[in-house]
Amino acid sequence: MDKIKMFFKDFAKRLKHIYLSDKDRPSMIQNSLSSPGFSSLTASILSVVIGLLFGFFLLLILNPSKAGMGLQRILVTGISAPDKFAKVLYMSAPLIMVGLAVGFAFKTGLFNIGATGQYTIGAFFALFSAIVWGFPWYAAILAAMAGGALWGAIPGFFKAFFNVNEVITSIMFNWIGMFLVNLLCLNTPKIISDYWGGNIGNRTANLAVANPSAIIPKWGLDKLFDSNYMNIGVFIAVLIAICMFVILNKTTFGYELKACGYNRNASVYAGMNAKRSIILSMVISGALAGIGGGLYYLTGIGNYNIEKLLLAMGFNGIPVALLGGSNPLGIILSGIFISYIQVGGEALQPTFSKEIIDIIIAVIIYMSALSLLVKLTLEKLIRRRKKDKILHCCEAKEAKK
Amino acid sequence: MNIFADVLGLTILFAVPLILVAMGGMCSERSGIVNIALEGIMVIGALISCIFLSMVNASGWGIAHPQSAVMLAILISAASGTIYAMFLAFASVNLKADQTIGGTALNMLAPAFAIVLSWALQGQGQTTIFIPNWVRITPQQFGVPADEALNFFERMFINKFFLTTPVAILLFAIITIVLYKTKFGLRLRACGEHPQAADSVGVSVYGMRYAGVALSGMLAGVGGLAFTLAVGGGFQSSVAGYGFLALAVMIFGNWKPLRIFGAAFLFAVFKVIAPMASSIPFLPTFSGIKGGEYLYLMLPYLVTMIVLAFTSKKSRAPKAEGIPYDKGSR
Repeated sequence: MDKIKMFFKDFAKRLKHIYLSDKDRPSMIQNSLSSPGFSSLTASILSVVIGLLFGFFLLLILNPSKAGMGLQRILVTGISAPDKFAKVLYMSAPLIMVGLAVGFAFKTGLFNIGATGQYTIGAFFALFSAIVWGFPWYAAILAAMAGGALWGAIPGFFKAFFNVNEVITSIMFNWIGMFLVNLLCLNTPKIISDYWGGNIGNRTANLAVANPSAIIPKWGLDKLFDSNYMNIGVFIAVLIAICMFVILNKTTFGYELKACGYNRNASVYAGMNAKRSIILSMVISGALAGIGGGLYYLTGIGNYNIEKLLLAMGFNGIPVALLGGSNPLGIILSGIFISYIQVGGEALQPTFSKEIIDIIIAVIIYMSALSLLVKLTLEKLIRRRKKDKILHCCEAKEAKK
Repeated sequence: MNIFADVLGLTILFAVPLILVAMGGMCSERSGIVNIALEGIMVIGALISCIFLSMVNASGWGIAHPQSAVMLAILISAASGTIYAMFLAFASVNLKADQTIGGTALNMLAPAFAIVLSWALQGQGQTTIFIPNWVRITPQQFGVPADEALNFFERMFINKFFLTTPVAILLFAIITIVLYKTKFGLRLRACGEHPQAADSVGVSVYGMRYAGVALSGMLAGVGGLAFTLAVGGGFQSSVAGYGFLALAVMIFGNWKPLRIFGAAFLFAVFKVIAPMASSIPFLPTFSGIKGGEYLYLMLPYLVTMIVLAFTSKKSRAPKAEGIPYDKGSR
């Protein structure tokens, strides 16, 4: 917490320097702009603003008379009613988890594009243990974690021992995982909805019927928000994010994983076991995605449908991680933000298609990739202002003479 | 024997987009830019060219000149893919942005844009752009009489034939020759291995990287159209992960054209077996378990992994890929 406090204090100080200062110390301006924390936050906020403006522009082109209403829906639906806000939090729990999975892998030099496979396997382990074995919710989440970890370990193993790029293994095991889960679901009659009196043969059972103890508890929050969507899932996700922050930044273990990502040879030279680190990074990343699957499917609302499509939720982890700068604390914010505008996007239908939100998110990510450009432009602007000031001063002096 | 001809024919049909897109990925990576946006570029190429096809169909010009319309559609898909890829080039060459991030953004943008555009053009909820029937070249147009049964080779090559197949083979040959037998190709590859060295002898690294990404955009755009034609049933704002599969085929093919060619066929043949398994006599049907087709659906991915585990000890990516070129760095 101190770290966060410090960050905000620092941030305020820097802002002061820029806007209130101080002709005597122009170098401070450049110092504050070149500091990574400040410019990355400014860049993130700027890219969000540009993304939203782009979305508004698109709405204007598609339907000028309703564009204002559309933008308003995107921006305020999430806080317009308690139950909408509950939905934002409900969606953000799995988003934060898959974002953490991708972000953790990024931090350790790996690109885990397989979060969707790990998420699917995690969901299956959670549902299987909950429905077939009657596990309570916390044990089912642990099972989800184990499933995700197992599926994450495979790309790590292939990379460490066979030198296969983790991107290709993850892509392959996304599909293998999804097909395998479908196959296993079909051959476990007990997990399917119609065993429990439902009438749908290609969907997992309703948890409220099959095993109510496996539903993540609500602790009265559902009454507070007046919404069935509300449960403690998002708090679990935030707690895990904080744990990941500590592990990555404050422990030797986290340092070793990051070191292997930066430079495998250097870390081997320094006496670290690179193979172990790669596999462990992928195991942890997979476990995080698996927990995400557990948190989503143990709410008792969503059921797993047997389809031949990869789940989109896992892929959404990539933008969440990128927007959060792969920092676990940033991922909490970006996960909630993306869930927020997605809930806003659903309110756009049927006037506009909700994919406009995806376009906005894509523009935000593209702009955040351009953070260097944003930074340079900012610096140029400030330098120009400085020049103008100096010119003004000179003119004033000459006028005095 | 007919069933084998069908399997082989479908294999060719599905290998074509894989080859095109994987070659595209290779062009870009050989110049030093990781192009993870292949999926998005495919979607854009398919989207724009399918819109074009349905427009010329509506105007009646298409049915009068079917194959010139398809040829134009191919050119349009190439152009739109190239333009879309320029966003990646601009971000990763000029602005030295992280290439994975830029690519992910483009991957996300493309299908969303496709859905929004097809809604805008065709009305609410209308996300499928139908492709007219005349794009296919029927055996009759090859001069096979309508009442005659096709022989083995006819069944394999011309039963389901689109103009994209010969264009793809031509493009494959041209790209391979350009990359390995011309000055341009050597320079492009040098920029992916050691850009500083290339720069020191006067090669424009930025220019070469732009060219690499442009080529990949062109090939992936055509690949998107080829995939949509192969699947049939119209364009539905997605290419079902084929861009990522092409990425896998490229790595599997070790960034080399001929190996990519082989890898694409290996992958495609196992991919085609899944829907055909029940009609191939000697394959087990797994009647004891439900959903036995999933075992076949898993097959191409499993086979790829097994082959990779044995072959990729020697695999070597272009050395400078993914690293933005900075003139000042050592």
